[in-house]
Amino acid sequence: MKAPWFEYQAPRTLEEALETLRNAGEDGRVLSGGQSLMPMLNMRIAAPTHLVDINRIDALNHLTVESDTLRLGALVRHADVLRSKNIREGWSLLAEATTQIAHIAIRNRGTVCGSISHNDPAAEHPGVLAAYDGTVVIASTEGTREVSAEEFSDGMMSTILEPGEMVTEVRYPRPAPGAGQAFVEYARRLGDFAIAGVAAILEVRNGTCERARLTIIGMGDGPFRAAGAEDILTGETLDASTSAEIFAAASAKVMDEVDPAEDIHASSGYRRHLAGVLTKRALATALARTGGM
Amino acid sequence: MARDQTITCKVNGRTYEKSVPVRQSLADFLRDTLSLTGTHLGCEHGVCGACTVSLNGRSVRSCLTLAVQADETDIVTIEGLRSESGEWHQIQKSFHENFGLQCGYCTPGFLITAIELLEENPDPTENEVREALSGNICRCSGYSAIVTAVMAAARDMRELQKK
Repeated sequence: MKAPWFEYQAPRTLEEALETLRNAGEDGRVLSGGQSLMPMLNMRIAAPTHLVDINRIDALNHLTVESDTLRLGALVRHADVLRSKNIREGWSLLAEATTQIAHIAIRNRGTVCGSISHNDPAAEHPGVLAAYDGTVVIASTEGTREVSAEEFSDGMMSTILEPGEMVTEVRYPRPAPGAGQAFVEYARRLGDFAIAGVAAILEVRNGTCERARLTIIGMGDGPFRAAGAEDILTGETLDASTSAEIFAAASAKVMDEVDPAEDIHASSGYRRHLAGVLTKRALATALARTGGM
Repeated sequence: MARDQTITCKVNGRTYEKSVPVRQSLADFLRDTLSLTGTHLGCEHGVCGACTVSLNGRSVRSCLTLAVQADETDIVTIEGLRSESGEWHQIQKSFHENFGLQCGYCTPGFLITAIELLEENPDPTENEVREALSGNICRCSGYSAIVTAVMAAARDMRELQKK
């Protein structure tokens, strides 16, 4: 349980880090919080020959809101998210999901961008970013590019990042005023990876659902965007008498559309069942939180 | 490139300058290089919490932190909890008085975690204590006595603050 040998560099600027990453090519890995990469090194699941430690690059440690977009630099930790009043008030789903990530000591080190780059299908952040229609900012010595959260994910623990590239920032547009946001998940124990989880954002005006965003995590292939269920919800009247039936239809659609993986934690059928139950729960909670429109 | 780098860090108030292999974990550095064997290694992949130490005032898994990353940092381990006169930290007294340990293997991690909790939240509910400690595994105690010990420490530390 000791890490294999690697070359280690801890540059102070992004330019230096990108230069080092380019030179390392396919054998280079970015080390940020290390809460996924270090266990993989210790267990020898990963053995990159070059580690580029970005923890000393102060320019990546920004948590700001500019023109209704939340911007999290690559060094923003889960604990920083939980301490941010801006996030609690404007991006409550992100805060709610982050409370369910691992434990304090892990949250003190692990980063949001690291989780998104790792793209574990059971992790919260990739699904949350997709629910907000968020953007991933990618840099290399060639320049920067921005892709949507959905484009960024390329299946289980896989992304479109090319050798020499790294995620420098993620961006979350602010939901419409009064939108209801909710994140619910089921895990065997507090802080464990979710067996299934659902992020929901509902924009309701005068009782009508104008926009719905629904992503499911834990299904095995990166975050699942439940587009079919979103279509069912959009345009419907959501009130005390109608919402239960509409949410049941959306939940059935989710269960129909997901294709959950099976592993030692849960069967495929159990995951599908949970996706349905948690969809109803997330939608009901999000609806109860709408208001002010 | 060199397989060793020199780091300078403060551990329990004392400054060390040491050459470390870049792949060495902070836990192994503390235990093998500084002979501070109070920090225990359980799983070595971040799950059990036994190796938790305080780094710049925040609890971290020392098995998931590299020793080179501790350059220019301030670390506190179980050995640093006693006062200079040798008196136990309130949390240590409370674990002692409330039977908060049996074999003691997990205890250093629990103490560091509990201290961070009580600094941020001096008057936690029992649920908050359980949640804060949920990343630390104990195979002996069944946790009840540990939760009681942390609640008692919180009470005692609040009383001391008033004086």
